[in-house]
Amino acid sequence: MTAPRPSATHDDRLSYEGLSCERRAYERRSWGQRLVILIPYLWLGVFFVVPFLIVFKISLSQLATALPPYLPILDLSGGIDGVSQFFAGLSFDNYARLVGDTLYLSSYGRSVFIALTSTAILLVIGFPIAYAMARAPRRWQGVLFMLVVLPFWTSFLIRVYAWMTILQHDGLLNHLLLTFGIVAAPPVWLATDSAVFIGVVYAYLPFMVLPIYATLERMDESLLEAAADLGCPRWKSFWLVTVPLALPGVAAGALLCFIPIVGEFVIPDLLGGSGTMMIGQTLWMEFFGNRDWPAASAVAVVLLGILIGPLVIYQHLQARRLERGG
Amino acid sequence: MHRVLIALICIVAAALGASPLAAQQKGQRILNVYNWSDYVDPAVLEEFTKQTGIKVRYDTFDTNDMLEAKLLAGRSGYDVVAPTGYFLERQIKAGIFQRLDKSRLPNLVHLWPEVSQRLAKYDPGNLHAVNYMWGTTGIGYNVAKVREALGANAAIDSWDVVFKSEILARFKGCGVHMLDSADDILPAALRYLGLDPNSTREADFQKAADLLIAIRPSVRKFHSSEYLNALATGEICFAVGFSGDVKQAQKRAAEAKSGVQIAYSIPNEGAQLWFDNLAIPRDAKNVAEAHAFINFLQAPEVAARNSNFISYANGNLASQKFINREILEDRTIYPDAAMMSKLYTVNAHSAATVRILNRTWTRIKTGR
Repeated sequence: MTAPRPSATHDDRLSYEGLSCERRAYERRSWGQRLVILIPYLWLGVFFVVPFLIVFKISLSQLATALPPYLPILDLSGGIDGVSQFFAGLSFDNYARLVGDTLYLSSYGRSVFIALTSTAILLVIGFPIAYAMARAPRRWQGVLFMLVVLPFWTSFLIRVYAWMTILQHDGLLNHLLLTFGIVAAPPVWLATDSAVFIGVVYAYLPFMVLPIYATLERMDESLLEAAADLGCPRWKSFWLVTVPLALPGVAAGALLCFIPIVGEFVIPDLLGGSGTMMIGQTLWMEFFGNRDWPAASAVAVVLLGILIGPLVIYQHLQARRLERGG
Repeated sequence: MHRVLIALICIVAAALGASPLAAQQKGQRILNVYNWSDYVDPAVLEEFTKQTGIKVRYDTFDTNDMLEAKLLAGRSGYDVVAPTGYFLERQIKAGIFQRLDKSRLPNLVHLWPEVSQRLAKYDPGNLHAVNYMWGTTGIGYNVAKVREALGANAAIDSWDVVFKSEILARFKGCGVHMLDSADDILPAALRYLGLDPNSTREADFQKAADLLIAIRPSVRKFHSSEYLNALATGEICFAVGFSGDVKQAQKRAAEAKSGVQIAYSIPNEGAQLWFDNLAIPRDAKNVAEAHAFINFLQAPEVAARNSNFISYANGNLASQKFINREILEDRTIYPDAAMMSKLYTVNAHSAATVRILNRTWTRIKTGR
């Protein structure tokens, strides 16, 4: 623990410069604040940076039938020689394989395609819901909010399994379609892309609705009144006032949906067919099916790279909004 | 059950199994077993606990890949596991298993020398493993639906029904499942093409892949355990699967009196003969209990009870006088000498070949 010492010298210097007690109190509090800031960094370090480095290290190693199933292993007992041998054994072969094999590119492509399409569908469905919620009478908003959040009270896995029974051959959906004479023969839903989209849109809808609702609900309605006073028709004021003001919420919702959908595993695995794979499934297969830790790690590192892009954009937008707001 | 759920259960089970707190419950003796799904008579486990006081935590998997993924990660928490021969061989080489203490396994005198001999190919000297059950990978089908599709006199006795795309396509409507296991399906395709089922040549894999990609559109799902119930309930009518699992589907359909009649066939071109074996991981915590369990399973009456329940042949010769006639005399469970000579076994492959094999398998499953 070296923390107290610099703090002491700091204080000494401050009193030497003859600053007021008030200022000193501020400085002391800032140490507390720094400690508070340190906690998230520590969290990130322990639960993100360290695991990432381990995964990255494995992605540079080679497949082996051993325990653990890759080589080389860092052997510190070998001294400098052991360490240098370890580094000599690392290579970027696995990344070369990712580029050379169409399987990986197509599953990355498919993941991004599914994520983009579902995010668009989510936006089309989610925005009206959020808008209706924000415009609903105050006393109803709490209830509506609860209704959106309510599905989280059940396990995600169970909800996806429920969709399996709804979508199966003699399931609820086909029964309804047949009873109302919408289709003549029951269509196949399970193990198709439609099932994946249905599952994804269902599961992520709250993540789209809630951020948009949050921005719309805070919106200053006098702006709309002003627009109406100046002769702006309602559809136009919606387009010129409400939508631009909701954009931060839309951006947050879109990213909150897009990023996890790219890495989604459970929904495509349970509802989709074995014909096409999303990157999460490819990663699972490399790890559990092929016991190929190095390849699985390389897939994971690249996946992280793909996801950092949208995250950086989100950060940027957030920062800009804060600047404008403050 | 779905493999994700199985994986979750396994993770939870492994976490529980590894926790020292759970193991120290007032001297309660515990054994953690990881075996294939539908592969034991539950009453046998109860009997074991009653006799020895050892509590059994029993988890299941449905592919060797899943088991190996657990074992290679280390500290699986399991004391007894059941890998198939060729996986056992690689895992022994990787140093995963400990040598069995045969002085603690007096029931090994009942073993069937012929089976132990075949197992010695994978485990020289039979030092690390004892055969549990053995069987074949063949064709399970719904008798009525197959007659409907192929005519009243159709016989399912050749791999033609699987690998000729125009024939398999006739079952597409009523549902086809295939094991999600490269090591079971690819050797069958190689054999059908007249190639060595143990080939390691990429060109041969390519030919097998072409054959399988052609029939891929007729396969509803690649899965290694769902077909048992799916056949029994009539959800599917055709599956490439394990002998005993199809036989269990037959039994379940008969018990449910649903009118579904299931049959199993070993194709005349020959099929894979495999051996599932009991072994103890090196890092097992309850070694004495593990030996007690393996020894218990090799008591002739117990081995017979398991075979009677799961319809698989076992590696215990003395058990045969306790096995039900309809199982012992069923030539699809205990094949005769003529069929035995046509069955092939699969070897362990190098890590590089496994990677090509798995990559080929993924290509087949995704149809590209």
